[in-house]
Amino acid sequence: MSRPRVIPGFGLSLGTTVVFLALATLLPLGALVLKSAGLTWAEFWGYISDSRALAAYRVTLLAAGAATFLNLVLGVLTAWILVRYEFPGRRLLDAAIDLPFALPTAVAGIALATLTVPAGPVGALFAGFGIKIAYAFPGIVLAMTFTSLPFVVRTVQPVLADLEPALEEAAASLGAGPFTTFRRVILPELRPAIIAGGTLALVRSLGEFGAVVFIAGNLPFQTEIAALLIYIRMDEFDYVGAAALATAILAFALTLLVAMNLWQGRLYRRLHG
Amino acid sequence: MASAVSSLSRSSGSAVRPLATRDATWVRYTLTAVALGFLALFLLLPLVAVFAEALRRGLGAYITALKDPDGLHALKLTLITAALAVPANLVFGVAAAWCIAKFTFPGKSVLITLIDLPFAVSPVISGLIYVLIFGAQGWYGQYLNAEAPWFPALQAWLIEQDFKIIFAVPGIVLATVFVTFPFVARELIPLMQQQGNDEEYAAITLGANGWQTFWNVTLPNIKWGLFYGVILCNARAMGEFGAVSVVSGHIRGETNTLPLHVEILYNEYQFVGAFAAASVLALLALVTLVLKSLVEWAHARRTA
Repeated sequence: MSRPRVIPGFGLSLGTTVVFLALATLLPLGALVLKSAGLTWAEFWGYISDSRALAAYRVTLLAAGAATFLNLVLGVLTAWILVRYEFPGRRLLDAAIDLPFALPTAVAGIALATLTVPAGPVGALFAGFGIKIAYAFPGIVLAMTFTSLPFVVRTVQPVLADLEPALEEAAASLGAGPFTTFRRVILPELRPAIIAGGTLALVRSLGEFGAVVFIAGNLPFQTEIAALLIYIRMDEFDYVGAAALATAILAFALTLLVAMNLWQGRLYRRLHG
Repeated sequence: MASAVSSLSRSSGSAVRPLATRDATWVRYTLTAVALGFLALFLLLPLVAVFAEALRRGLGAYITALKDPDGLHALKLTLITAALAVPANLVFGVAAAWCIAKFTFPGKSVLITLIDLPFAVSPVISGLIYVLIFGAQGWYGQYLNAEAPWFPALQAWLIEQDFKIIFAVPGIVLATVFVTFPFVARELIPLMQQQGNDEEYAAITLGANGWQTFWNVTLPNIKWGLFYGVILCNARAMGEFGAVSVVSGHIRGETNTLPLHVEILYNEYQFVGAFAAASVLALLALVTLVLKSLVEWAHARRTA
């Protein structure tokens, strides 16, 4: 680009952005990596692979996976009815979908816990079937599903709204039933958005702390999530251990994000050239 | 990524669909009933629970709980934190959106990725990184304890003032800035890219300088997006729990924000107090949703 810049303020805006980014995010994240870099590989591996940490990863991954699956189903369904159907209260529901983003996670956590303890109104229903929600694995999934609910809805909604009705008309005129049309025509168009929303929901669930700690029970090896284990290590003033765990988890989250973005980008290009 | 946060630029589907693409009535009713039933329970019940628990012992107990001096201090700290973090991210967001949307330069996509980074970081890790830098064992602590520090006068002053960052208000503000960092920028970048540079070119051709162009041409065009980003940023700043929890130290009446105050009372089984404080946060969340809807509505009317 050798064309002169007509609009002023490039240096000022880029400078502000880079300085702010460097101070607020790169420096602190650098400190985290440096702290772990003081360890040998064997020490680092020891910190991130002890049995309690492995159990915490397992709980976090399983719960976040389950929550993301629920969010995908519920999210596509919600986006579908919001875009394609008229019903009373549609605009209210559209506004209310963002409640989990607006409501502080601690508030969501204590509210969900109060509802789902065995003596609570929802918990009592399930206790009748011998199912425990609060202070057990389902509680963690519930909290994660709640806090990441809007992601899939909000990524799928605009794509669904912009979908050409002509595509579906063509499918119908060629003899496809509604289910076939959904599976073979609509779903492939939605796939990049579903992956993008699902990735955001998954990453958010993996890191979620506030809502989960109130409902999880937090028993080591059973209902302890990875973020809580970092917190506990810090409370024990084991900063090196906390940093090692945080580095491993951060690396995993970033790898996941990049991989999913690449996959989503490839699907998108295949659809839109 | 994170396009989920940016819903201002979305278009809503037309209600009247061609006959062939309309779903059968029974499908429509079943899907709507299932989704509505589930979402009503999922979104409504927790809100109802907050207010029901807060009012369990009657209105008098609720009002007494709201007047708790530690709670009022926590509310004040929450407002101060938001009042510092939101303007900081507002300035950064506008600067970042201006350079990304108006110019082409190498490394632009890396910059966009870095802006999104805080979304991928767990709140606990967001707190930890500041403890590692500014904590007693971190670089800041080492500087305070150093025998032969750089700028000895600064060290002496910091020690004399007993200036603490972690387990004090500055740490809470820093962690909040990190967590709420992407909101304004993420909202403005797509909006400004979509609007293009034509109006700015026209203004500059007519002799406006950079600031005049920004204030009189760009800002009126992006004001709804800006407002929208600020609302989301503010909601997160006031509600952040994990990151703030790590850096605050939970000192009652000093470094407790409202969400942390909720946690302490809840863990002490003071449920009326915990839910009374939570109800204040829930009300703020409802105000956020209403403001957000109004902005969307105003934006839709302008672009229609």
